[in-house]
Amino acid sequence: MADTVLFEFLHTEMVAELWAPDPDPGPGGQKTSLTVLESMGFRVGQTLGERLPQETLGFREELDVLRFLCKDLWVAVFHKQMDSLRTNHQGTYVLQDNSFRLLIPMASGLQYVEEAPKFLAFTCGLLCGTLHTLGFQSLVTAFVTALPACECWRWCLHAH
Amino acid sequence: MGVSDTPTLDKHLSRQQETRTPVVAKNKDLLILTYGALVAQLCKDYEKEEDVNKYLDKMGYGIGTRLVEDFLARSSLRRCHSYSEVTHIIAEVAFKMYLGVTPSVTCKNSSRNEFSLILDKTPLSEFVEMLPAGRSSLCYCSLLCGIIRGALEMVHLAADVTFLQDKLKGDSVTEIGITFLKQPEEKKYRWKQ
Repeated sequence: MADTVLFEFLHTEMVAELWAPDPDPGPGGQKTSLTVLESMGFRVGQTLGERLPQETLGFREELDVLRFLCKDLWVAVFHKQMDSLRTNHQGTYVLQDNSFRLLIPMASGLQYVEEAPKFLAFTCGLLCGTLHTLGFQSLVTAFVTALPACECWRWCLHAH
Repeated sequence: MGVSDTPTLDKHLSRQQETRTPVVAKNKDLLILTYGALVAQLCKDYEKEEDVNKYLDKMGYGIGTRLVEDFLARSSLRRCHSYSEVTHIIAEVAFKMYLGVTPSVTCKNSSRNEFSLILDKTPLSEFVEMLPAGRSSLCYCSLLCGIIRGALEMVHLAADVTFLQDKLKGDSVTEIGITFLKQPEEKKYRWKQ
């Protein structure tokens, strides 16, 4: 498991360096920094998707894709399955991880909740990138109410 | 949006997979791919390779200062009595633990403070075929030098750590040089003044 530890340390350092707050952090500045991390995650997600066996690339149904993300991808990347999955059956899905690995070292509870989005940007991008390779345009956003116990992901899924 | 009102699909998560579970990735793939994305991003941000190398080294230093605690917690090591012992532990325990490779160690001088870690391939570069065009002096794994330097500093060992040879640049092996710097005598007593 130690090589996953090295990834976590690298991720923390990336967040610290590539999301450097400038003296007057305005909404515009913050958005740019998140995009850098998201785009790096997207690139990684795309490559992970491309390395999948051919038979997995022919998902027909959105639900198969979601099941894949919740089980196989999440287990491969974070060593656990998603804890729950909800949908409005109109292309929006909410995936919930009650103890998101990259938030666990930070804190527990409501402290640092406003800092948490920095630690989710890369993973949002990763999910987008994998979905893109599987043939789905998506918008992934993450939402944290209390670290690391509750965390929701929502996105709209549309096939290319 | 009404998502919270809809029935959950949790039962789909616990249903047995009927088809074989696709192999998504090995553990190490995520680390290697993420590092590649980082290097690519820094190459976009900085024109000169020296700046990319320095930035990677600086990030590695930050990681090393924290990674050493994780390392010491995972490995029950006895106290080292020589630079040679320290270098062997870096190669045979730390590299193995975090990167799954074991470099060989050579000592380069008679005062026994200069060492080399020799590897068959550059770690973290498994998916790199060649350096980008015009980036021939990019030290792809500068992060590792910073990690080693930061970790050593946290155990009060100052060292210079650099890449001496790099397979990605066409050398026959990848060689990381560690030079332990002797602490000046006066530093030991500074706190007394």
